[in-house]
Amino acid sequence: MKPVNFDYARPKDVAGVLPLIADDSRTVKIMAGGQSLGPMLNMRLVQPDLVVDITGIEELRQVVETPDAIVMGGCITHADIEDRRVPDMTRGALPAVAGGIAYRAVRNRGTIGGSITHADPSADWISILSALGATVTLRGPGGSRSVAVEDYMLGALEADLRPGEMLVSVSVPKLSVSARWGYYKSCRKTGEFAHAIGAFLVDPERGVSRAVFGATESRPIVIADARQLLGEGTATEPGRDFDSRLAGELVEAGGMSDPIDRQTHVVALRRAIQQAGSA
Amino acid sequence: MTAQDVKQQGVGASLLRKEDDRLLRGRGQFVADIRLAGMKDVAFVRSPLAHARVNGVHVPDALRERVVIAEDLKDVKPIRAVSGLAGFKPSDQPILAFEKVRQVGELLAMCVADTRAEAEDMIEAVDLDLEELPAVHDMLAARKPGSALLHEEWGDNVFLETFVDINFEAALDAPIKVTREISTARQSMAPMEGRGTVAVWDKRMEQLVLYTGSQMPHIVRTGLAECLGLGQHQVRIVSPDVGGGFGYKGILLPEDICLGWYAMRCGHPVRWIEDRREHLTAGANCREHHYIITGYADRDGKLLGVDCEATVDSGAYSSYPFSACLEAAQVASILPGPYDFPSYRCRTWSVATNKCPILPYRGVARTGVCYAIELVMDAIARETGLEPHEVRLKNLVGPEQMPFDNITKKHFDSGDYPEALRRAMAAIDLPALRARQNEGEPDGRLIGIGQAIYCEQGAHGTSVYAGWGIPMVPGHEQATARMTPDGGLELRVGVHSHGQSMETTLPQIAHEILGIDVSRIKLVHGDTEYTPYSTGSWGSRCAVMAGGAVATASREIAKLAKGIGAHLLQAKPDQVELVDGRVVGPSGSVSLQEIAHTWYRLPQNLPDGVDPRGLEATIGHKPVRDSGTFSYAAHVAVVAVDPEMGDIEILDYVIVEDGGKLINPMVVDGQIYGGLAQGIGTALYEEMNFDASGQPLASTFADYLLPGPTEVPAPRLDHMETLAPYTEFGVKGIGEGGAIAPPAAIGNAVNDALKGLGVELTQTPMTPRRVLEAIGKAASGKAGASADMTAQGELA
Repeated sequence: MKPVNFDYARPKDVAGVLPLIADDSRTVKIMAGGQSLGPMLNMRLVQPDLVVDITGIEELRQVVETPDAIVMGGCITHADIEDRRVPDMTRGALPAVAGGIAYRAVRNRGTIGGSITHADPSADWISILSALGATVTLRGPGGSRSVAVEDYMLGALEADLRPGEMLVSVSVPKLSVSARWGYYKSCRKTGEFAHAIGAFLVDPERGVSRAVFGATESRPIVIADARQLLGEGTATEPGRDFDSRLAGELVEAGGMSDPIDRQTHVVALRRAIQQAGSA
Repeated sequence: MTAQDVKQQGVGASLLRKEDDRLLRGRGQFVADIRLAGMKDVAFVRSPLAHARVNGVHVPDALRERVVIAEDLKDVKPIRAVSGLAGFKPSDQPILAFEKVRQVGELLAMCVADTRAEAEDMIEAVDLDLEELPAVHDMLAARKPGSALLHEEWGDNVFLETFVDINFEAALDAPIKVTREISTARQSMAPMEGRGTVAVWDKRMEQLVLYTGSQMPHIVRTGLAECLGLGQHQVRIVSPDVGGGFGYKGILLPEDICLGWYAMRCGHPVRWIEDRREHLTAGANCREHHYIITGYADRDGKLLGVDCEATVDSGAYSSYPFSACLEAAQVASILPGPYDFPSYRCRTWSVATNKCPILPYRGVARTGVCYAIELVMDAIARETGLEPHEVRLKNLVGPEQMPFDNITKKHFDSGDYPEALRRAMAAIDLPALRARQNEGEPDGRLIGIGQAIYCEQGAHGTSVYAGWGIPMVPGHEQATARMTPDGGLELRVGVHSHGQSMETTLPQIAHEILGIDVSRIKLVHGDTEYTPYSTGSWGSRCAVMAGGAVATASREIAKLAKGIGAHLLQAKPDQVELVDGRVVGPSGSVSLQEIAHTWYRLPQNLPDGVDPRGLEATIGHKPVRDSGTFSYAAHVAVVAVDPEMGDIEILDYVIVEDGGKLINPMVVDGQIYGGLAQGIGTALYEEMNFDASGQPLASTFADYLLPGPTEVPAPRLDHMETLAPYTEFGVKGIGEGGAIAPPAAIGNAVNDALKGLGVELTQTPMTPRRVLEAIGKAASGKAGASADMTAQGELA
């Protein structure tokens, strides 16, 4: 379990990265936190010619507040968020989820941009950020573009990156004071990847009610208007009238064929919604 | 130091562990810490297929010098671990495979380079020409005619079949019969430190030296010398600090032989450090049992008989020295557990499959057996409507029956089994829990109470193992004790610690007899050059056997010291006594330090007739009776099961155990905690799956789940102390016990929680998916509908 021989570069800015990753004569992997790439290198599941370490890039470590969002550089670590070095505008959602990612040692190095780009369906960020309506900004030879988090993930371990492109930041909308959220994940043990995730956001002031079934075989299943799952009168007490049958149909329509998977995902979402209700 | 302080170092003292000073500071020395000049690293070319003809292993010419293949090893013998049991079919485990590979991960070639990474690069240059054969991955199917064969010359896939029938017919009329199909998953042993070996040829000593983390250095030396055709004096095994063994590090591996062969020829040291993928996929397999078991009882819950067909997946080869059949054949002899009943029948099969050889793991066959019999006891309880502990109390061997020869002629040496169970049950307040259970939990979870009780034969000796006829039969366990010129003591034993704390506990025994401060007693172990021959550390035997040997040798030192002391005191030997490190006579006393100083440095002061053995003794020890000690324990678990997610949480865990006299109670507690963690792994997490082509499905700890700190509750421990009648101090072996009962106790608790749903799980690990599948199956059975979960509860 030792990696193949590879070259290593640690550019100082994004402009220094782009020509390296545009070079299609060799296999190039970007390393952000290395918490997934490291083991994959050791097991030779990836055998790059060049590893580009982007953790030395100041821009990717910055956090910018805009009137309606908080914009984090791609190399912000899970621990930065857990410890609230990144100001929380999500009524505690991001710090709480960050604190439940793997183990502290992983959180110290693992990054939000790396996690989303690695696109493991079981990981936490892809689910909660989809629920919060976050977007990512990508930069490449043709300039920058923004994509919703759930669209950025194309499938298991596959992100919507065009040749020569990299993720530079993640923009998370600020929640209203009345917003409530819930997040429930089922793991067999502490720190393990999840087998079912439910994520929920209701933000009446902004007219948002989103639900996410995460830890699927592929992309999270996003219910952009979750009111259909909640029945009448749900703004005051989400969860009471949760429609399990409809939820089951939605995950089945989302491609989940295994009945036990369907059950655990539906329960995970119901518990996430109940958590929002009791918050 | 006062006399009182000195006493607190002897047998029964919870002395802090001497080895922790280095281990907890990261200063231990494990194989991977060893650096020898010129050392090169090894990586093995392993079979990617479970079963295949080997048509060729092609090495590029440029690499040929640094790659070892099977044809290089023509003079090396395969590993052959036979059993003397009638009908056993031996297998030859090749060092490097030729003709056929029989498991994924089997060795095909060895690559040597300056670094492990470069050696792994070389692997990719070796071209394998393998012709895939149908894989045998299911032990039950493998038993049937028409299965593909691993060892064609056998004609079937069965290493050994055994059968015992003791008055079985008498049970058939019993009013209650419960039959269950029960199984335990294949596991990987997963010590923190994997295997590893550094091999070097010592030119001066004309000796092959292997540094390898081994529980059984002398057995490895014997096996290695026999395979390589060396005299045993030409092989030295050094086992440094060992980061857990659990059985895996007792086994002679083809890797070690390959390294040894190469080191004899290459002129430099070579090293192989097993990585976790090798460990999980190619090495340390254990535990896979299958039972069809029927319990016969009367309506009062009195057990009348047990009938069982047990199959063990033994993997591809018979591993050295324990053989492929120790596990299954032991099932037949220990399945009756701590119970007294009149009729018994058991048939067992040790089946060859295209998986890694099954190896003895902490608890060996006992964990599966305890799970099987204890699930049946609870099933009988449900059938009779009695509380499970009431059924057990009716059937446990009672203290008045001790010592007791059970139905398979196991000689239970001592103890009060019912009292252990009563104490464990008293610790949990059963009526309150039953009331809570009836009320239901606010969060919708279901709680359940489960129990298990076992007795563990440990430290069994010659009379037991001679019957197995495997390459290793323990005889007298020897120890050397020798005083140093400054009054200290060295102890040399052939067992080796892989976590047992023997550097602390064996000096405690010597201290008990000689009164020498433990800080001045040094244990020398883990080196065949310096220690007496021993079968090593296995079978919960070190405290009884090596401890007994140290006690015996220390008494010999006491006798020798008294002889010299009497002379110095101008008294007769029978007029003196050894008290707190001093020889005391009618007219005064002399310290052991002065006695040692006299023997070594002032021999002119000794008479001509002094005992020439001086202050050194090597002596062997066997208990008065070597049929084994029987420690025992009752475990009680309280769990909460989430019927929607299938999650199981352990709310409370109680253990009442009897290890006889505890040399160091703190160390015993540590053994129980560690065993419990492993037992919880068996119960809830650990599973080494294979697909139909024999591919192992877990190659990292992301796929192979071990319980961590948050999954293992702090158990509540209570000790009983019934002295063993045949051993020094009344000590019993307890090393494996913690790992034996948890699957049964937790399994019974889960079934108790789910009984209202008509659910009974009989397979480990009890994963969330298995829980939900069982609930779904029970629900659909009731509804007469399909197993689709939409039919029940949540989605209805």
